[in-house]
Amino acid sequence: MPKPKVAFYWCASCGGCEETVVDLAEDILGVVAQVDIVLWPVALDFKYHHLEALADGEIAVTFLNGAIRSTEQEAMARLLRRKSQLLVAYGACAHLGGIPGLANQFDREDILRSNYETASTVVNEAKTRPQAVTEINGFRPHLPELHQVVRALDQVVDVDYFLPGCPPTPELTKAAVAAILSGKLPPKGSVLAPDTALCETCPRRATKPADVKFTEFRRPHQQLLDPQLCFLAQGVVCLGPATRGGCNAQCPAGNMPCTGCFGPTSRVQDQGAKILSSLAANIAGRTPEEIDPVLQGIPDPVGTFYRYGLPASLLRRRVDLPTANAP
Amino acid sequence: MNAPAANAPAPAWTPRIVAFFCNWCTYTAADLAGVSRLKYAPNVRVIRLMCSGRVDPQFILEALRRGADGVLIGGCHPGDCHYVEGNYKMLRRFGLLQRMLADLGLAPARVRLEWISAAEGERVKTVIDDMTKQLQALGPLNLPGKFADWDQEIAALEQELAAHVPEETEAAHV
Repeated sequence: MPKPKVAFYWCASCGGCEETVVDLAEDILGVVAQVDIVLWPVALDFKYHHLEALADGEIAVTFLNGAIRSTEQEAMARLLRRKSQLLVAYGACAHLGGIPGLANQFDREDILRSNYETASTVVNEAKTRPQAVTEINGFRPHLPELHQVVRALDQVVDVDYFLPGCPPTPELTKAAVAAILSGKLPPKGSVLAPDTALCETCPRRATKPADVKFTEFRRPHQQLLDPQLCFLAQGVVCLGPATRGGCNAQCPAGNMPCTGCFGPTSRVQDQGAKILSSLAANIAGRTPEEIDPVLQGIPDPVGTFYRYGLPASLLRRRVDLPTANAP
Repeated sequence: MNAPAANAPAPAWTPRIVAFFCNWCTYTAADLAGVSRLKYAPNVRVIRLMCSGRVDPQFILEALRRGADGVLIGGCHPGDCHYVEGNYKMLRRFGLLQRMLADLGLAPARVRLEWISAAEGERVKTVIDDMTKQLQALGPLNLPGKFADWDQEIAALEQELAAHVPEETEAAHV
């Protein structure tokens, strides 16, 4: 029997998800022995036309990491969807939009202008920008274009499973691969991680106060953090209560609060709204004069509460940005 | 509902407000406004909750996302909450939510918090009329329309790919 074909692909991402695959260490050899890798641009040399030549559905499973931000990424997502029986959104960016999704607070034109013209490290007097089509010596090379909106993978194509995390842990990756190879899969659309909040597995859980009364919010760099005490008891914003567990609480174990990369549990639609609700409701004051100074300790609510999930949030994007894409 | 005749002019836009009123004060006040036959703008859809402290910020975002132009939250005056603390919880969430919504491009007038006691039927009328007027001036939010607009860039490539001939462009990669 031929080995099942597997593809790995990356879109708008940092490469950290690829690292996790490598972090499988010796276990990756076991996986490689059982499958036939047909695409993995970060590690092996395949050409896109090899992919095009495959029959539809010939790939057993594709792990795609990164958000969808450019026309090329969108085309690859569509192509891989067509060629794959299972498409797994791998990591926070493909799952929720991720860090690149924070660009949904800004207009594309402002982003391009900053990157190619006004940033202090840029020297570009001719104001040259990459063009979708250029004419050079009679050739017409094409370049991908940036979309107006950054999207999670399931906002572009149908997705079978989601592996959360920035990046997903090797353990979850291994469990997912094993489940796929053995055909023991949960219902389509599942997030392949436990469905309980991070606090459940946090080593600091015993010190979580039943009644937190915030009198100030402090950021991690503003004080020495107690290595055992619940971050909320220290007045530090921790997204643990509104974030799915399954990461082995690596950040709290490393004395940093949770920033929410696993996204919400299945019972929550909007992670940012939920953690805002929980944190704010537990402020000590009863008048705006008492409450507002405490809230000033969270200077950037969007960046704090939607760090990994703005595109997948209820509002998706800053709502007053221009919409015309003029393709 | 009767479908409007094809040649009838489109009705002029007026704002849609989703209101979350607490059972003990503001909803009772809205009842009082009704019993007292006060006339207020018909732009509001009232949802009764037990307490303003039950208003999850997700409800507010969901209402806006589904096409509301504004969201009004009504609760008991400070000190009067039937559950002692509920309206304070709403007040604390509201400050941060307003800041976050401003960062996401929403005008502050679109989400409003009011304390209205069971005896203040007149205040229900004043607040709804006033908010309707403010939203009328702001114009439609129309998030469902915006989402559809944003996603046109996705639909565009879908159509392009449907017409795409692989051999032509892929030759460049060999």
